[in-house]
Amino acid sequence: MLSRLKRDLTMAEAARAPGGARVDLALVADMVPPGSKVLDIGAGDGELLRILGEQRGVDGRGIEISREGVNECVAKGLAVIQGDADTDLADYPNDAFDFVILSQTLQATRHPRVVLEHMLRIGQNAVVSFPNFGHWKIRLQLFFGGHMPSTDNLPYAWWDSPNIHFCTIKDFRALCDVTGAKMERAVAFNAWGTPLRFNAPWWFWNLFGEQAVFLLSRRG
Amino acid sequence: MGDVDTAPDVASRGREADAPRNSSVARFGAERPLKLDAGVELSPFQIAYKTYGTLNAERSNAVLICHALTGDHHVASPNPVTGKSGWWETMVGPGKPIDTERYFVICPNVLGACMGTSGPASTNPKTGKPWGLDFPVITIRDMVRAQAMLLDELGIDTLFSVAGGSMGGMQVLQWAASYPHRVFSALPIACATRHSAQNIAFHEVGRQAVMADPEWRHGRYFSEGTAPRRGLAVARMGAHITYLSDAALHRKFGRKFQDRENPTFSFDADFEVESYLRHQGSSFVERFDANSYLYLTRAMDYFDLAADYNGVVANAFRGAPTRFCVVSFTSDWLFPTPESRAIVHALNASGARVSFAEIVTDKGHDAFLLDEPELLAIVRGFLEGAAKARGLNNGK
Repeated sequence: MLSRLKRDLTMAEAARAPGGARVDLALVADMVPPGSKVLDIGAGDGELLRILGEQRGVDGRGIEISREGVNECVAKGLAVIQGDADTDLADYPNDAFDFVILSQTLQATRHPRVVLEHMLRIGQNAVVSFPNFGHWKIRLQLFFGGHMPSTDNLPYAWWDSPNIHFCTIKDFRALCDVTGAKMERAVAFNAWGTPLRFNAPWWFWNLFGEQAVFLLSRRG
Repeated sequence: MGDVDTAPDVASRGREADAPRNSSVARFGAERPLKLDAGVELSPFQIAYKTYGTLNAERSNAVLICHALTGDHHVASPNPVTGKSGWWETMVGPGKPIDTERYFVICPNVLGACMGTSGPASTNPKTGKPWGLDFPVITIRDMVRAQAMLLDELGIDTLFSVAGGSMGGMQVLQWAASYPHRVFSALPIACATRHSAQNIAFHEVGRQAVMADPEWRHGRYFSEGTAPRRGLAVARMGAHITYLSDAALHRKFGRKFQDRENPTFSFDADFEVESYLRHQGSSFVERFDANSYLYLTRAMDYFDLAADYNGVVANAFRGAPTRFCVVSFTSDWLFPTPESRAIVHALNASGARVSFAEIVTDKGHDAFLLDEPELLAIVRGFLEGAAKARGLNNGK
């Protein structure tokens, strides 16, 4: 039974976007109106900033922790600086951006709550995408395998993982409540990158959503 | 000190300061004095410069290059004094990151230097003799003010970019602060918004070495037919160490002996590194004026951008439309990465558009002058992004 489940999981993973492209990028980009001023925290190789700049005429800036990522971004002509979401957001003034984006980085920060609070101070809106630790594959690995889950999105062994603050969709909603963030929009999508039915109940998203993207604003 | 005590070619040094070879010269007469921070006016004065490439019809493709302490305007063509190739030929030229087929590159010799722009080695028009210590003390802001007058003279209102490393980077920052609307993009490399106490200390050692040389004669060595070659060479040797790194020195020289198997039990240059430094010192004095060294190091010491803006660097860039690309090097201990990070923090706080990259190298401060592929790729990418935003087309 377990081995068959594993085989099914592998097949599902193989069906994902080729080259392991981040399927959340298009969804994140979709939440940003053209011409906005955007800060992308955890800019990586600059793919999101490139998409936002080319397709939506966004005035984009980025922060990236890895030197290789930063240098790649700057060589692409993107305004990206080397920095750490945990320490460097404090340097930005209030209301400096329309949108502050944190994609696939929340779980790697030391203080997710402080980061989210800074995001909503610096920007009018925050867009957060993260891997849902409540997804059924992850639950199954922990439940049946008895080991820390590892997927193609989260391929690390527990001892060398940069991801120190995993959360489920349900957990993230709790963080929004304590930080006073207002949920404007939320999208969860499955392992194939297909968004789940928007009218599905939260428990359904929490079980079948592999990734989630939240658009937040300050509760005003 | 090897061969540094041969007779100085005083006459040729003076000629280069007044009538530089292979250079354009802009002369500013009595009607256009340069107002200096010291509270005096310099008039008349002149600026030697080089240009490469062609200014486009819109006059929108000009790139100003600011040179470092001991640099000059021969950025991408042979230096007439040393016969060596230009100091930034890895960066500037046809097809290079600062592409002279695309951009109109201007590089002036800085105020206070000795290669054709007015400085202590130039002839004081009032006396007909070299200025020496009668030349007014100048600042980075004075250098930039003079460069702005040169651009006015050339009919260039807005620079597409200003680029420079070390003291050149200080000028870049000053340009963005003093003339934000004349600077579309800025590349301050391996620099800081103020000279640190440690750097002032190194400069002071260099100046004391020059002034301790009995040949210096209180700066009047031209008229007395002497030259403080030993002092200037020692100053250069000390400074040169600060441009490198422990790792680079170890990689290049280690503890290797110079042309010998064993120590000589003397104070001869037994070690390769000693021989190298002596060579650096003695070749430097062939091309540089000792008083210029005093003036330019002083200008760097005085540089403190925050001081002009109520102690807050961010105020210097408030509302600046300029796009910045700040670059530092991991092994640079003269202008270490935290100095560049402070620039970035200030720019972020002021809302400016900024890129920042730290490049891994063991080559120290001098890395900005060398063939560092990552630096070249970053400058190329940054300028291409800026060119797109500026609406500059590709090539001619």
